Amino acid sequence: MAAVKVFCYAISTASIRVILCLEEVGAEYERVNIDMATGEHKSPAHVAKNPFGQVPAFQDGDLVLFESRAIGRYVLRKFKASDVDLLHGSSLEESAMVDVWLEVEAQQYDKAIFPIYYQAMIIPCFYGGTTDEKVVEENLVKLAKVLDVYEARLSQTKYLAGDFFSFADLSHYPVTHFSITIPQVAALFDARPHVKAWWESLESRPASKKVAAKIPQLS
Amino acid sequence: MAAVKLFAPVMSTAATRVVLCLEEVGAEYERVDIDLATGEHKSPAHLARNPFGQVPAFQDGDLVLFESRAIGRYVLRKFKSSDVDLLHGSSLEESAMVNVWLEVEAQQYDKAIFPIFFQVMVIPNIFHGVSDEKVIGENLEKLGRVLDVYEARLSQTKYLAGDFFSFADLSHYPITHFAIKFPQVAPLFEARPHVKAWWKSLESRPAVKKVAAKLPQLS
Repeated sequence: MAAVKVFCYAISTASIRVILCLEEVGAEYERVNIDMATGEHKSPAHVAKNPFGQVPAFQDGDLVLFESRAIGRYVLRKFKASDVDLLHGSSLEESAMVDVWLEVEAQQYDKAIFPIYYQAMIIPCFYGGTTDEKVVEENLVKLAKVLDVYEARLSQTKYLAGDFFSFADLSHYPVTHFSITIPQVAALFDARPHVKAWWESLESRPASKKVAAKIPQLS
Repeated sequence: MAAVKLFAPVMSTAATRVVLCLEEVGAEYERVDIDLATGEHKSPAHLARNPFGQVPAFQDGDLVLFESRAIGRYVLRKFKSSDVDLLHGSSLEESAMVNVWLEVEAQQYDKAIFPIFFQVMVIPNIFHGVSDEKVIGENLEKLGRVLDVYEARLSQTKYLAGDFFSFADLSHYPITHFAIKFPQVAPLFEARPHVKAWWKSLESRPAVKKVAAKLPQLS
């Protein structure tokens, strides 16, 4: 069976989401670098795979996918094993809880933390521009409220979907890996012991450590 | 079997997403109104169902869910039958395409059309404020580019995930039902024949007509 291919960029949080899934299930994969610095993501060859001109894209034989959360679902389902099941697809109720907290990641968490990460890290480091501190402040307030909900949830269950680790937890890793280095963000996590412990358990997973070691620093 | 319950006001676009799923599968359900005007969505009773204090929330026996896209997946999976299968869960590849275009709805389409809907409909009518024309203009441009991708896709396949109708198509209905009536938005659909035909096919579904008839009129 040919290895699957991920068309990705080293600091792309969405690309990292897919790589983490592949590492968790132990699938063979090939990374094809799409150089965003030179606009390769807008090339006809890449747009043929991701019509929105974004990364990542993914290929398994004739099947071409895009949108990292959809790619992740595919990888986690195809390569599911008795010891690695991050969707709990065989249980209607458990998979529903995974779906709920996957939606929370996309609709609540990412919408608050991504603008902070983008302003504080991408704009200065990638574009040489100036951080909009107003955007950062507004979203820190939003993120704090989201993390209050997480603190309450993680006081009840070990992980977000229940007492089992799932894609819902994993999906938070990429943007948080970068954002936790921002002092105001770290402070929000430090003030919430269950959230902090949950984050540390994500960081300590072998797959996370392996993937993190290859993510370049944003300077 | 007791009917499932949906906690939300009629005008909630997210609630309509769930109602559409329930109507498509023909499930028995009960609607419980949540009065946003009196802040009922922030009451302890509702926060116990949706910790973000939003609508909808959903209950099936002991199982309580929130986030309309997750609830929709649960409903479509639980009540799936030989003639109504909107997730194509038994096919790895087809369900992957459904997941791709569900992500596109949430990550590309909604992010462009929701700010327009919020400025044109919610701010004047609910908050008695003034629309921000700059936000509307920026997002109309984004929406145009998103719909260009849809036009190209729908020139290749009858529906978004393939030649079969799926949750990916249905998920677009609630907000578009209102936004298509805005003079700024209608031309974007008119100018793209495959998108226009796709929208008309959504509108003509019996479940959609039934749900649309109960939605409030724009003033």
